[in-house]
Amino acid sequence: MAYSDKVIDHYENPRNVGALDKNAPDVGTGLVGAPACGDVMKLQIKVGADGLIEDARFKTFGCGSAIASSSLATEWIKGKSLDEAASIRNTQIAQHLSLPPVKIHCSVLAEDAIKAAVADYRAKQGKSREAAE
Amino acid sequence: MPEGTTIERNDTGYPIYLDYQATTPTDPRVVEAMLPYFTERFGNPHSRNHRYGWEAEDAVEKARAQIASILKADPKEIIFTSGATESNNLAIKGVAYFHRDRKNHVVTVVTEHKCVLDSCRHLEEEGFEVTYLPVKKNGLIDLDELRAAITEKTVMVSVMAVNNEIGVIQPLAEIGRICREKGTYFHTDAAQAVGKIPLDVNAMNIDLLSVSGHKIYGPKGIGALYVRRKPRVRLQPLITGGGQERGLRSGTLPTPLCVGLGEACAIAEREMGEEAARLEQLRARFYDKINARLPEVYLNGDLEQRIPGNLNLSFAYVEGEGLMMGIKGLSVSSGSACTSASLEPSYVLRALGVEEEMAHTSLRIGIGRYTTEAEIDAAVDQIVANVSKLREMSPLWEMVQEGVDLRSIKWAAH
Repeated sequence: MAYSDKVIDHYENPRNVGALDKNAPDVGTGLVGAPACGDVMKLQIKVGADGLIEDARFKTFGCGSAIASSSLATEWIKGKSLDEAASIRNTQIAQHLSLPPVKIHCSVLAEDAIKAAVADYRAKQGKSREAAE
Repeated sequence: MPEGTTIERNDTGYPIYLDYQATTPTDPRVVEAMLPYFTERFGNPHSRNHRYGWEAEDAVEKARAQIASILKADPKEIIFTSGATESNNLAIKGVAYFHRDRKNHVVTVVTEHKCVLDSCRHLEEEGFEVTYLPVKKNGLIDLDELRAAITEKTVMVSVMAVNNEIGVIQPLAEIGRICREKGTYFHTDAAQAVGKIPLDVNAMNIDLLSVSGHKIYGPKGIGALYVRRKPRVRLQPLITGGGQERGLRSGTLPTPLCVGLGEACAIAEREMGEEAARLEQLRARFYDKINARLPEVYLNGDLEQRIPGNLNLSFAYVEGEGLMMGIKGLSVSSGSACTSASLEPSYVLRALGVEEEMAHTSLRIGIGRYTTEAEIDAAVDQIVANVSKLREMSPLWEMVQEGVDLRSIKWAAH
């Protein structure tokens, strides 16, 4: 299968690979996919006091398209609000990377990873607010 | 490496070829032998009345004898086909159809090539019963299970000699002995075995054996089926017409391809011992270097009962297709789902009990006649660099380093 230039670029120069402290209160972590399916993505966000995503990191077990989808996702969500980030659709990722039909699930996983990270952050915030009250 | 066996490539930049179980280049000596039969010696080998025909017939018969020789068979027992897929179809369906009045059961193995499994599926649709034997963790069948599976209704047992993905060698002589005792035919798909391991149809009690041209440095589009004459194995042809090949496979023989297959067998028979020793050394060099530099690499299939030119390794926590994208300078194949149209990981690895996540991380390394030490070393460097890089970005590797048991996590299947 021939990969698009954008997939190759993200695969060879992945943006924002790494990890944030998953126990920090301002960090949300999303872990989606399954090893048995050949794709696992971990996407993390660090949210600033202004409610904007100030940093994002990912690690992915998967094919080149999965790595590219998660790399692109971290690039796109930086500087966005949580609602903006969570509204990113897989179709936008798939279109930007010119993913073939058999690789659409990689973009779905990236969308899920963003949503999972946002949900984790919000859950943490909810808990700390409860604890404060 | 014997003289005259290197292949020069004019354009550089081609990846290193390590996929010899997929196909092999045609040996230049084979091409040399074939060439006259495209042009000046173009006759129809079935033309009985002139020199063109006789010349072609002589060439085809010489090739038939060369194929027979590597199998320790009689030339009259060799039928030319278009390749191992046709040979396997003819052997399995042909024998089953011919004997359908008395017997209706076939025994085969879950790790067979798709063309064997699919031929069996077709037989099932037509009312035959098929037993698919499992394999042990090392990829080999359990002989007691084979013995137990054979009934008086069993017309044939079809077990491949060497597996195309994991290179393991089934115990052919023992299987042959059991089949002979039980009075059932033994067919073996030897596409990956001819020229790699010594074969002897009589000592191994093999009744039918499939040969492929392009897996043994011969041309694509040609194969052969050995069909025992004493005692005679009867089968129904699948392709009918002019009655060539003793009526078992009609159609004008492609003289140049037949000559090529014959020459490929002759070279393989002459050089097998030397070549096997050389490939084994290259494989050991590769495997030892990989193991010295990377933790958590797992071998799929038995190491001892294996052809020298194959390794199938799982690089834990690194997905196979992602890895293949990184090792751009190498042409290998993967058991990862993502490389196949089906999105299912290798059924062969699954049959060994390899977990799906590990099947996704596998690479098949095929070493062959033209592989050099320098290529092996370059391949090791590329694989080590890319596995290390991808493990650094693998969430699974990270979790395992943190001491997390991946099995304790509830993964959402997708």
